Amino acid sequence: MSASSAFNDEKGGSSSVGEPEYGHDPASGGIFSSDYKRHDDLKEMLDSNKDSLKLEAMKRIVAMIARGKNASDLFPAVVKNVACKNIEVKKLVYVYLVRYAEEQQDLALLSISTFQRGLKDPNQLIRASALRVLSSIRVTIIVPIMMLAIKEAASDMSPYVRKTAAHAIPKLYSLDPEQKDQLIEVIEKLLADKTTLVAGSVVMAFEEVCPERIDLIHKNYRKLCNLLIDVEEWGQVVIINMLTRYARTQFLNPNINESLLEEGGGGDKTFYGSDEDEDEDDEEKEKKAEAAALAKRKPYVMDPDHRLLLRNTKPLLQSRNAAVVMAVAQLYFHLAPKAEVGVIAKALVRLLRSHSEVQYVVLQNVATMTIKRRGMFEPYLKSFYIRSTDPTQIKVLKLEVLTNLANETNISTILREFQTYIKSMDKDFVAATIQAIGRCATNIGEVRDTCLNGLVQLLSNRDELVVAESVVVIKKLLQMQPEKHSDIIKHMAKLTDNIQVPMARASILWLIGEYCEHVPKIAPDVLRKMAKSFTNEEDIVKLQIINLAAKLYLTNSKQTKLLTQYVLNLAKYDQNYDIRDRARFIRQLIVPTEKSGALSKYAKKLFLALKPAPVLESPFKDRDHFQLGSLSHLLNAKAGGYQELPDWPEAAPDPSVRNVEVPEWTKCSSREKRKEKKVEKPFYSDSEGESGPTESADSESDSASGSESRSGSEVSGSGSESEESEEGSESEEEEEEEEEKDKKKKKKELKKPVHESESEQSSEEEDRKIARKSKQRTSESESESDEDEESESESSQSESEESESEAEVKKKKKTVESKPPSKPVKKETKKEKTEMSLLDLDDFEPAPSPQVTPVNTFLSNSLVTDLEGLSLSDSVLSPATIAPSSALKNYELLHRITGEGLSVEYCFSRQPFSPDANMVAVQMQFTNNATSDTKNLHMEDVKLQSGMRVKEFPEIELLSAGEMATAVMGIDFCDSTQAANFQLCTHTRKFFVSIQPPVGELMRPIFLTENEFKKEQGQLMGMNEITEKLTLDAKCRNEHAIVQRVTTAANLSRVPCGSDKECRFAGRTVTSSSLVLVTVATKEEGAAQLTVNCEKMVIGTMLVKDILLALTQ
Amino acid sequence: MIHSLFLINHSGDIFLEKHWKSVISRSVCDYFFEAKEKAVDPENVAPVLQTPHHYLISVYRGKLFFLSVVQTEVPPLFVIEFLHRVADTFQDYFGECSEGVIKDNLVTVYELLEEMLDNGFPLATESNVLKEMIRPPNILRSVVNTLTGGSNVGDKLPTGQLSNVPWRRAGVKYTNNEAYFDVIEEIDAILDKSGTTVFAEIQGVVEACVRLTGMPDLTLSFMNPRLLDDVSFHPCVRFKRWESERVLSFIPPDGNFTLMTYHVSSQNLVAIPVYVKQNISFFESGSCGRLDITIGPKQNMGKTVEGLMVTIHMPKVVLSANLTATQGNYTYDLATKVVVWDIGKLNPQKLPNLRGSLSLQAGAPKPDENPSLNIDLKIQQLAISGLKVSRLDMYGEKYKPFKGVKYLTKAGKFQVRT
Repeated sequence: MSASSAFNDEKGGSSSVGEPEYGHDPASGGIFSSDYKRHDDLKEMLDSNKDSLKLEAMKRIVAMIARGKNASDLFPAVVKNVACKNIEVKKLVYVYLVRYAEEQQDLALLSISTFQRGLKDPNQLIRASALRVLSSIRVTIIVPIMMLAIKEAASDMSPYVRKTAAHAIPKLYSLDPEQKDQLIEVIEKLLADKTTLVAGSVVMAFEEVCPERIDLIHKNYRKLCNLLIDVEEWGQVVIINMLTRYARTQFLNPNINESLLEEGGGGDKTFYGSDEDEDEDDEEKEKKAEAAALAKRKPYVMDPDHRLLLRNTKPLLQSRNAAVVMAVAQLYFHLAPKAEVGVIAKALVRLLRSHSEVQYVVLQNVATMTIKRRGMFEPYLKSFYIRSTDPTQIKVLKLEVLTNLANETNISTILREFQTYIKSMDKDFVAATIQAIGRCATNIGEVRDTCLNGLVQLLSNRDELVVAESVVVIKKLLQMQPEKHSDIIKHMAKLTDNIQVPMARASILWLIGEYCEHVPKIAPDVLRKMAKSFTNEEDIVKLQIINLAAKLYLTNSKQTKLLTQYVLNLAKYDQNYDIRDRARFIRQLIVPTEKSGALSKYAKKLFLALKPAPVLESPFKDRDHFQLGSLSHLLNAKAGGYQELPDWPEAAPDPSVRNVEVPEWTKCSSREKRKEKKVEKPFYSDSEGESGPTESADSESDSASGSESRSGSEVSGSGSESEESEEGSESEEEEEEEEEKDKKKKKKELKKPVHESESEQSSEEEDRKIARKSKQRTSESESESDEDEESESESSQSESEESESEAEVKKKKKTVESKPPSKPVKKETKKEKTEMSLLDLDDFEPAPSPQVTPVNTFLSNSLVTDLEGLSLSDSVLSPATIAPSSALKNYELLHRITGEGLSVEYCFSRQPFSPDANMVAVQMQFTNNATSDTKNLHMEDVKLQSGMRVKEFPEIELLSAGEMATAVMGIDFCDSTQAANFQLCTHTRKFFVSIQPPVGELMRPIFLTENEFKKEQGQLMGMNEITEKLTLDAKCRNEHAIVQRVTTAANLSRVPCGSDKECRFAGRTVTSSSLVLVTVATKEEGAAQLTVNCEKMVIGTMLVKDILLALTQ
Repeated sequence: MIHSLFLINHSGDIFLEKHWKSVISRSVCDYFFEAKEKAVDPENVAPVLQTPHHYLISVYRGKLFFLSVVQTEVPPLFVIEFLHRVADTFQDYFGECSEGVIKDNLVTVYELLEEMLDNGFPLATESNVLKEMIRPPNILRSVVNTLTGGSNVGDKLPTGQLSNVPWRRAGVKYTNNEAYFDVIEEIDAILDKSGTTVFAEIQGVVEACVRLTGMPDLTLSFMNPRLLDDVSFHPCVRFKRWESERVLSFIPPDGNFTLMTYHVSSQNLVAIPVYVKQNISFFESGSCGRLDITIGPKQNMGKTVEGLMVTIHMPKVVLSANLTATQGNYTYDLATKVVVWDIGKLNPQKLPNLRGSLSLQAGAPKPDENPSLNIDLKIQQLAISGLKVSRLDMYGEKYKPFKGVKYLTKAGKFQVRT
């Protein structure tokens, strides 16, 4: 490896494009003059001990790479620095390595161990970046190492690392396709991941490695639909495109019935006058007949999963990312019932405001769409008007769209527009306009004459291109119905006196010759004139004169025999040999002599054969067999790696494949079990009405943001929303609820019995829930035309699913009972603690009576188990507010998988924290599920918002295998719901964890008399008072239930009260001792008013939210 | 997906290349240069080109071509949108997106590109995530860096990527908490010869500049949200809330961002703030022509029209223009054949007028099209559609922010045909 070879390489690189050299900085100019020197210099700098010198050297090297120069001979010097401590140097070394490793495979191996070490780092970001670089090094030898690393990363606790693993899959696949089978396994595993971070990347990997394995999607279909809205925008595009293909294989064509209807009233069809369109109609009819037969057999019912996809993608039409909008648009175009496709038009028209490149692509797709679904874009006709400043390619595409949109009603406007365009300076555009006019004329019979006249006028245009184009178009138009337009042919014949453009003259002569029998008198006269001026004509005109003469000779030899011979004689001596040739050829062919061969008999057939009318059709016709929005569609040619959009199946494949099966739970490890449980969520929410409270919490967890739990209805609506729940929607829901209740009665009745058998919940409450949820759903699908039919079908569907879900629940219960020791243990401890703390509460506070009814235990327990699933491994990442907390709900701090056997749960014990009264006591329960002992459990590296303080729990020196231990720590949350983040350390590992309190835990109960309460309340009016109207949950309309729910949601005590219509509660915030007063006044029919008075408005607002939730659910 | 990226300047030099997979020779760009040669005007280069082994997808921004090479099927808009995002990021980092600035920050640019794509698939495109990893250059920092040998790569690892609000950094702190919103509306219109509106619509955008401490949760509501026909949002906006209540509820990104863009429903008649009386004619003989343009106020809601400017693309045969303007001044660029008349503020008492003669190339036929006029204008403190912000509420933080809303109406693609 000598420097001189590098010099040559480099020269080759830069001279190929003649790029001017320029220094990275003025100082390096001198160095550039000599290559030897430069590289020695850089090597020296890289070998030095100073980071700053290394950095400078690496910067120069990367700048070389960026400019496309060869820096490969520095490889040994650079690779040495791969373990450098300085982050920037390290990063630049990575950049270098990825670029040159392929060329220097042996040396690159030196760096591998560094990355392998990185893969084991406790910091997820370092693990991810190590994997990223390792997988980017294209060295075949390390394929097994990469495979191993990917497999390991795919089950990493950090979703970010898992995302990186998904990215690495296609890299490895391109390096070694042999690994496909193993990679598919990893993909399958990652597809089951429920975090939005991973979803886009893994689908990308799926598309690159195994797009044909559509069966892998079944189980994840509903989850993907529901996660979609929270996936990052690039992932959305990939997922939507993939789901389009998936849906085409799994669902029935939603337009079967509609195409049938259309056949009956084919009013639309009159626009297509031309033959080829009729041909197409025939084909279509055949298809329709087939479809009709099919439809008769079975009325079309949209699969609820199909509907789910359409519903969940619709909001993405509002995305700021043009690619996402386009992806949804093509999904609707390919999958939606005709009546619903219209929604995409508005969004696509919006994209026309974007960069010209975006316009270009969008217009291409709109052009294809307008052929099939013209009506969709008709209202936006004017948005396609052309501005003189548009680039030519945009103009031509807009013209195409306008032409496709033309019909009897708007043709006059369009033609008027076209008239302005014809005067444009851009001649290519003018030519395209003339062609467009021609197409309008063919498609719309009424304006054919107008168009023809207009075009005839254009024949006198000065621009040759315009004239030629017009003549060509006129020629085409006339060819369609020559008999009708002999007057135009006559008119054109007259034009020969004036028109000088040779191309136009030639075209006219061809026309007259071709249709000479329609103008029997004029044609010979034209030939006479032409014969006179023959010698002065251009060559192409001369050729056409000969042509005309020959045709006339054959049809009307009496009048033209002499003229023809005269012309042929002139041609015989022409300077141009083409013309001389032609003359000789034609003479032999048409003038019978003894010598003439067999051909002359057929001369008439040869010359006057019926020429097929040229086809004036859109270049975008039939392009829709390519998936819209794809590169292949744009190029109208299959690009590499393009996946065909399959045709709709004749009969729908079994929809149950998308059901996520329960029995799997029992089989898999607890980690996977958790996953499965979440996958189940879309299943529930999909069955529309009946998802119980369990699922609502569950689905929340899916959104990875894990914020406050909300009514399941919202989730079933459009997938989980990631942000915190919105206060307003809650109350609104309630208002609407009443109205909708009656409507849905039928449905309720259907479901009631099932639910009753399923749990002991009162049917009344169940009703309310169902009513609300189904209401929400219908309100969402209001716009859908076939709603009735659909909802019926859905209800029947949901019934069947319900029975399944019931079965699942049973199984689930069974599993819980029969399964691993961890769960029952948890349950027990929970109960224990509940009792214990109840006692404590009693000690502390006179009598707030928060007794837990059995029903509620059931509820909150299932809630807790689900929340356990929720906190997942990314409890570190999501600053989750978990809203309705039961008095002593256990939260998971560290799952036992993540914690390598160590699991930690915590609850807010609601006991005063003795070392510091301003702190909230958090009771933590450590369980060592591992086989080995855990030592030195303590916390470290506490990260807090300003003002917050933590009192650490005393170190637990030993936690032997299978043992449990409890500890109490105190956190001063400073009256905010900000999370306290810290590291939980054992003797071997550190885990990032965070504790975030529900607002209700930030206060402690105080005792007030009724009078004191009223007095304090009087002082906290105005801004400090928040009032909300609500409808109580059916199950909590008695005083007891209200008290129980409020005290569960917030650590408050009851204030005695004279009226039985009111319940009052009081407390103080822990840190600032601000008073918190809560009043729940009940009215008839479950209506109630919640009033919160609190100095701290933020606390008050949040508390209202929480209590509202507790009382209405 | 995206295989390689080449940055090409106006004169066709490749000054940066980046490969995310194996290296592709820069000779692949020759196909592009060929197309560019043919297209004459850089805007007319087709964004997607097919070569025997690759597909070239390019965008043209700030006199630069961002040319990406792809080998397999990929939605073209995906690539185009991404390339624009790259250009936006450069703009965000360096204040402008030009050849000079990119060459000056070659290493930073290269690092950015490295982070934005992994194996050709977008990885981090949110500017605040990127800024955590690679700090944008500023003078102070570069001085400090040279003195101390510090770096502009963040020593903290980025956490933004991991959060569920990836557009916002954690731990934002300001002494002055402020949230400003600009409602900017653009009138797109085509007027015909006689001044009748052929087509007019209003497109609006709400630009925000939010500098708030912590994790504020904002709610922006409008007096008349019904005006908004079609909207698109920054990912931070909760779509459900908009659907049900027509309010914008969001946790804002830190700094400047586009909150939403909208289209005003087409039922409403669009007020056209100015009228144009024009007469441009070319004479059959004598190779000359006349031009006479007057602009006057029409429906401007009592506000002053400012920044008035008329641009006319003359036919190629026009050699020179000899004009006089009663207000403002005009320039005629001989190379591009563009007349620019910069008027400034429109005074209703004394209407600005531009008139004079045009001389044509001797012997050339008279052009058959009259050039169309492109009009530029601004009206401060007015949203021409009548859209009004009613209030901004903040939740989740305790302090009181400064709030402000500004309105501005501009001419978008405002064209008068002659």
